[in-house]
Amino acid sequence: MAYMTAETSVPSLSSMIADTPDADKYSVCVHCGFCLEVCPTYQELFDENQSPRGRVYLIKEVAEGRLSLDAAVIDPVYTCLDCRACETVCPSGVQVGALIEETRGQAHAAQLPHGVNDRLERLFLRHIFPYPVRLYAIGGLLKVYQRAGLRWLLRRLGLLRILPQHVQEMEAVLPAVKARPALQTLPPRMAAQGVRKATAALFTGCVMDVFFASINEATARVAVRNGLEVVVPKQQLCCGALQIHAGDRQQARELARQNVDAFLATGAEYVIVNAAGCGAALKEYPELFRDDPEYHSKAEEFSGRVRDISELLVEVGFEAPTGRVDHVITYHDACHLCHAQNIRDQPRRILRSIPGLKVVDMQDSERCCGGAGSYNLTHPQMAGQLLERKMDDVPEGVSAIAMGNPGCMLQIKVGAHRRHQDIDVLHTVELLDMAYAKEAR
Amino acid sequence: MLAERIIAALREIVSQKNVLSEPNQVKAYDCDAYVAEKSLPSAVVFPESTDQVARIVKLCNAESIPFLPRGAGTGLSGGATPRNGELVISLARMDKLLAVDFDNQRAVVQPGFVNLVLTKEIARRGFYYAPDPSSQSVCTIGGNLAENAGGSHCLKYGVTTNHVVAAKVVLASGEVVDFGNPFGDPVGYDVLGVIVGSEGTLGIATEITVKILKRPEAVKTVLAYFDHVDDASRTVSDIISSGIIPAAVEMMDKLVMQAVDKSRYHVGYPVDIEAALLVEVDGLSAGVEDTARRVVGICEKNQVRTVRTVKDDAERALWWSSRKMAFPAIGRISPDYLVQDGVIPRTKLTEVLRRIAQLSGEYGLRVANVFHAGDGNLHPLICYDARISGQREQAMKIGERILELCVDVGGSITGEHGVGMEKIEQMAYMFSATDLEAQRRLREVFNPRDLCNSGKLIPHPARCAEFRDTQTTAPQNLG
Repeated sequence: MAYMTAETSVPSLSSMIADTPDADKYSVCVHCGFCLEVCPTYQELFDENQSPRGRVYLIKEVAEGRLSLDAAVIDPVYTCLDCRACETVCPSGVQVGALIEETRGQAHAAQLPHGVNDRLERLFLRHIFPYPVRLYAIGGLLKVYQRAGLRWLLRRLGLLRILPQHVQEMEAVLPAVKARPALQTLPPRMAAQGVRKATAALFTGCVMDVFFASINEATARVAVRNGLEVVVPKQQLCCGALQIHAGDRQQARELARQNVDAFLATGAEYVIVNAAGCGAALKEYPELFRDDPEYHSKAEEFSGRVRDISELLVEVGFEAPTGRVDHVITYHDACHLCHAQNIRDQPRRILRSIPGLKVVDMQDSERCCGGAGSYNLTHPQMAGQLLERKMDDVPEGVSAIAMGNPGCMLQIKVGAHRRHQDIDVLHTVELLDMAYAKEAR
Repeated sequence: MLAERIIAALREIVSQKNVLSEPNQVKAYDCDAYVAEKSLPSAVVFPESTDQVARIVKLCNAESIPFLPRGAGTGLSGGATPRNGELVISLARMDKLLAVDFDNQRAVVQPGFVNLVLTKEIARRGFYYAPDPSSQSVCTIGGNLAENAGGSHCLKYGVTTNHVVAAKVVLASGEVVDFGNPFGDPVGYDVLGVIVGSEGTLGIATEITVKILKRPEAVKTVLAYFDHVDDASRTVSDIISSGIIPAAVEMMDKLVMQAVDKSRYHVGYPVDIEAALLVEVDGLSAGVEDTARRVVGICEKNQVRTVRTVKDDAERALWWSSRKMAFPAIGRISPDYLVQDGVIPRTKLTEVLRRIAQLSGEYGLRVANVFHAGDGNLHPLICYDARISGQREQAMKIGERILELCVDVGGSITGEHGVGMEKIEQMAYMFSATDLEAQRRLREVFNPRDLCNSGKLIPHPARCAEFRDTQTTAPQNLG
């Protein structure tokens, strides 16, 4: 019998494996249930197990040895989007995201199956994302594939049909991949335009840089334009967010150590990032080093410098553009911007500063689109349901949707594709960059 | 654990995906938001229609399986917590808004429909649903009906029973009956009045017709800080005796203010005041300004330190979130808490608060206070740490003493949270054996075999003493 009472408890996993969920984190939950209605998975499933309160309760019961870490716990813990909407409402301040990630770390360390294609996931998270050369090689292959008409040939031969539906759709909406990632094309140092306000080191990311290298370039231009000297540390790696979400904290720590060292070495006052998921992960690096005092303090120093590009632009002051961008636009709050980093107003201020841009509110703009890192690949059904709801919330008559995260961009592009909607999916900073580009010189 | 045969029968009724039966899957259903006592259900089932609920209940009768209904599980008295290894019938998937009649101001909802979602759905036409428990963003109207839920604005607008006009109910026997009448007074016995607040002991409401109200033309909210609780409570009495009927009058003490100011619902209360008073007046624009000014005047007459009227909707929303999130914000200062729900005559407020402070000192546990001051509904929040041996029992003991205190000064043991399992022993303190016997006989009419949420609301004769023996994670149904 897997279930046991406190009196008959056996040594729990907690005592055997690092990264145990922190008692100080789960004991904060007072079980009020105010998180249920904002949880996208609870809204779909109405099952207490699939709510933040239920998950935290299960995590606590496992940590205290009253429940075993089996499928009844692992399924809810992996069905969580890690969107943190619960943290936004929680009056008691429970860090649900950290608890979920730590529990995944335990499941991962114990090599428990979690219903996800483990081998494929391991290939990407362990053997591709951590190595820029391999990552960009995939980018290069994609480019060749797109340019050489292979895409047409594969579609023609129906070979794409052997892929899962969501992957097929993802393939269909992938932007034209640039020849080289921004990490390679951008100069290591770009002087600030006008008076230098500060130096900012650009974090280029992996998904962002393979699929949306032009957004990294736009970020650098916009920063330079607003008085920031931009440096691009060439030793940087993937942030590790996807590994953390999957529970591979060991791999994430290795990536984090190198990033911390590479960025601190630049001496830059700020680290700028344009991907919400990466930004949140970089700001939470200290959480990874709870048992490593040296890197914990380095990580604290590093994380204190991390800013989302919209956050930094508002913090140091940005120049309102005079060039027009004619779009009726709506803004989608990426979970890891609004819930994980409390950034809501800054991107909207940037959008409202652009002449010609009409910004229309989206209902429930803070509800997850289902992208959630690699969630749309690991949990296509739930991701699909949430995507449908998101597309239902897009106001009538908009010509573009802005947001601050590449994962959301890919997911919402799939949503528009499914509905045959002609809507541009853009990063906030791209719109500002466009407006600057259209200024009369 | 239920026999495989019964699980199969449940799956037959609601489909495979709507039954949870493994012990680890039902763990999350061993309590609601009252966490001091827990016990596992035998299984959890998620019906999606009245017919499915009726079939499940009939099966329970045929097989003598105890059962209970559950909404969002935000109840504070253990109403949805199993005590006899019940089959939990979760109504969360019955979450449809079935009809809205704006002209006649009625809405029909399924029991799993969330309270605040109703207001959101009808707001564009200028309507709202009045009962507003603090958990309104999550709690369901079915749960509200079961508990006869109240809320901050019930001072002027009444509690759930004043807003439910009709209901389709699956009785404990499985029969489906209609009570009440969407329009007009009840014809025959007011059985609906009995059903509302019956805490799931008489049956399960599956369709609920409620009144919806037109938004008041104007609202003014006043926040006042007092150096002394006495001044704040005198202000409350003075406001009401002056003939003003405020929409809401809420009071928070120092510890509550500290806790909520640590959360994201931060108002920035001065750290050295004893009480904050939140007063709201609403109605026609012409009168509201003037009434708000009179409220401010009464505060000033009672040595208020500072008092001001809200500047905009955003500030009003913040003040209200700060009040409504106060219970769970206690998690910022204490790992666990027990919330009490006593009612006292308004004039006894100062005296009762002093006695609560004494009890707090006596037991060595902090007690924070937040309450609907206008109708004398206290919510003392008893802080404890379940990890420290004996503290939970001490907290429960203070809770009992506070409820008895409320009864002693002429009040009652619950204003809006229900009796559930939490206050069941105090029923005998409040009522005579004959009173309780009359209520028991009423329950037997609808729930003769006592299969439906047994051990809640009305104590069994001579069984009170054994109730407290059913404690955390009772092993009786571990299989």
